[in-house]
Amino acid sequence: MHKPSSPRTLYDKIWDDHVVLTLEDGTCLLYIDRHLLHEVTSPQAFEGLRAAGRPVRRPGATFAVADHNVPTSDRSLPIKDQQSRLQIETLERNVEEFGVPYFPLLSRKQGIAHVVGPEQGISLPGMTIVCGDSHTSTHGALGSLAFGIGTSEVEHVLATQTLLQKRAKNMLVRVEGQIGPGVTAKDIMLAIIGRTGTAGGTGYVIEYAGSAVRALDMAGRMTLCNMSIEAGARAGMVAPDETTFAYVKGRPYAPKGEAFEQAVAYWRSLRSDDGAHYDKEVVLDAAEIKPSLTWGTSPEDVMAIDGLVPSPDETTDPAKAERIRRTLSYMGLEAGQKLAGTPVDAVFIGSCTNSRIEDLRAAAAIVQNRKVVPSVRAMVVPGSGLVRQQAEAEGLDKIFRDAGFEWREAGCSMCLGMNPDKLETQQRCASTSNRNFEGRQGPQGRTHLCSPSMAAAAAVTGTLCDVRELMEGAR
Amino acid sequence: MEKFTRLTTVAAPLPQENIDTDQIIPARFLKTIQRTGLGKHLFADQRYDEQGNEKPDFVLNKPAYRKAGILITLDNLGCGSSREHAPWALQDFGIRCVIAPSIADIFHSNCFKNGLLPIRLPLDICETLMDDARQGENARLTVDLEKQQIIRPDGETIPFDVDPFWRHNLLEGLDNISQTLLREGEIEQFEQRANRAWIPSTEGENS
Ligand code: SF4
Repeated sequence: MHKPSSPRTLYDKIWDDHVVLTLEDGTCLLYIDRHLLHEVTSPQAFEGLRAAGRPVRRPGATFAVADHNVPTSDRSLPIKDQQSRLQIETLERNVEEFGVPYFPLLSRKQGIAHVVGPEQGISLPGMTIVCGDSHTSTHGALGSLAFGIGTSEVEHVLATQTLLQKRAKNMLVRVEGQIGPGVTAKDIMLAIIGRTGTAGGTGYVIEYAGSAVRALDMAGRMTLCNMSIEAGARAGMVAPDETTFAYVKGRPYAPKGEAFEQAVAYWRSLRSDDGAHYDKEVVLDAAEIKPSLTWGTSPEDVMAIDGLVPSPDETTDPAKAERIRRTLSYMGLEAGQKLAGTPVDAVFIGSCTNSRIEDLRAAAAIVQNRKVVPSVRAMVVPGSGLVRQQAEAEGLDKIFRDAGFEWREAGCSMCLGMNPDKLETQQRCASTSNRNFEGRQGPQGRTHLCSPSMAAAAAVTGTLCDVRELMEGAR
Repeated sequence: MEKFTRLTTVAAPLPQENIDTDQIIPARFLKTIQRTGLGKHLFADQRYDEQGNEKPDFVLNKPAYRKAGILITLDNLGCGSSREHAPWALQDFGIRCVIAPSIADIFHSNCFKNGLLPIRLPLDICETLMDDARQGENARLTVDLEKQQIIRPDGETIPFDVDPFWRHNLLEGLDNISQTLLREGEIEQFEQRANRAWIPSTEGENS
C-alpha cells in the first residue's frame, strides 16, 4: 500500500478520491458515481429493494437501458419470447416505480449499455462506474474506474450508492510503436490476452499506456478496455488526454461551460505520476502485432492469421494437451492446420467490443464493392440506435445491405445468443465480440474472435482470411 | 444471508480449467426475474444431451455426486460474465463451497454474497483434494470456516486463507446493505464534497 505522498497511478488516484471510509481490515466503502442497469442482472436487485422497503438512493446517478434480450429485427412487432418480454417489461416497471432514467426500446438512443454510456456522456473521466455486467470495464477508456458487479452488488449500489471493495493491484500494459496496416485495437488486445492469459489479470486493474495506445481513438481504447475482463482484470483504464476531452465535449449528459472546464482541470491531474509503482508490467511491440483471431474456446487461444493451430504434441503437460485436444474437437479443427482458408457459416459484426461507428466504417471499407459469399449468414448489429443512424447517414448501411449483410437494430444480439440471433450447432462464425466460450453464441457454436475488418473479410471470401490480402498496398 | 460455519459433505471433482460462468449456467437460462430454481440448469451443456437427457458421464450426474456440497476444479474458475446466476445455480443445486487454484474476481465476490464459500488453494493441494473426492460417496470433506481448515477423509487438516471481512460476514450471515446504511452520515458527507460539483445528474440532459 502506498503512502499518500508517494507517486500514484491513475487507478490509485481515482480510488483515493472515492473512498468514503476504510474498515479495519482495509476493506473500503467506495462511492459510485454512475450505475448502469440492464434487464438481465437487475430484476432480483429491485425485488430485494422492494422487499426491504428501500428506495433507490440516487436515481440521478443511475441509468437503465435494455440490451441483452432485445430483438434486433423489426421492433414494431411484439417480442415473441415470453421470458425476454417479461424481463424487459420488468425493467420498465422497475425504472418507473423507482424513478430511474431510462431509454425505452423504441428510442433511437437505445443500445448496448457500454456503447450508450460513453456516447451520451453519462460515463465520464474520473468517475467510478459500475454495471451488473463484466464488460463495464469498457468505460475505463475514458479514464474512469469502471467494473462489473453481481446482482447483490447492484442492489447494494441502488440502496447505498456505494460498494464494499478491496483495493486491487496495479498492472501496466504498455504497447509501444506503430501498428501496421490491417491491424486494429482488437488485434492489440488479442495479442495482450494471448500474452497474459485469461487469468493473468486476476486481482489487478490494468492501465493501458504507450505510444500505440495514445494513438488510438476512443473507440479503439474502448475495445482494449472492454476485453480487460478477458485478461482476468476487473477493470481496464487509459489516462484521459486531449483525445478524451475532445470526445466528451458536447455529449448530452457531459458537463457544460464552466463546469466542463472545471472538470477538465481535474481530469488532467489523473495521469499516473512518474515513478508510480506497478505490481506487474507487460510491454508489447506494436509493430510485431499481426491481424489475429482465436482458434479455441478461451479468449487466450489467440494466433496470428498466418499462424498454425497448436497441436497437443507441443506440450509436455498432460492437462494442457488434453485441453488442446478437447478444444480442437469442439472447434472442428485439426492440430497444426492453418486457419486461413477455413470456411465460415456466419459473420457477426457487433457487440460492446466492436459496434461503434469507427468499427462499422472499418468493416464497410472492406465490404465495399464486394459481395458476401452466398453460403454465409452475415449480420451487422450497431451498438446503439445513434450509431445505426450515423452509419445510415454515411451510407454504410447501403454498402452492407448491397453486399448481402443483414442490417439490424441495436442490441447484444449474437454476442451471447439470448435473443433469436444464435449460431446453429457446429456453425463456424467470425465474430467481433469478446467471448468464444463453448456455446456462447448458441449451443455447439464455433466462434473465432477477430476485428471488424477481419470479420468483413471472412464474409466476402467465405473463409477466415488475412484482411491485408483485400487491402490495397497492405502487403 | 444464510450462515456458513462448518460443512461436511461429498465433494465433486471437475478437473477442468477456465470454467466460465457461461458453462456454469448458459445465457439462455438467464431470462428469469427470480434468484431461485436455477439448480436444474447448472452446467446444462455438460450435464444434458440435446434431448435434455442426463449425460451419465458428467460428474454431477453420477450417483456418488448428486448430493455434492463442494465443487473442486482447476485454474480460473468462474471467469467471464458477471452473472450472479452462477452462484445462484450452484447454491440451488446444493453446492456451498467451491475450491480451485484460482478463482475469477467477480465470481469470487458473488459467491460470498450468497453464502457460498470460495477457497483458493495451490494446485497440488487442489489435486490432493480432487483425489479424495474421486473416492466417491464415503470420502467426505469437512470445511470449517471458523478454524479456516479443511479436514480430509483421512483426518488430515489443510489450512486455508479467507478474507477476514467476508469470513465474519459468512459466519454471522450478515446483510451488507443494512450494515452500510448504518454509515449513511459518512456517505452524505462524501456527497457534499465540493470537488464533486462537476458531476452532472442523469435526470434530464445537461444542455
Ligand atoms: S454485447 Fe455481449 S459482452 Fe457486451 S454487454 Fe452485450 S452480451 Fe455482454
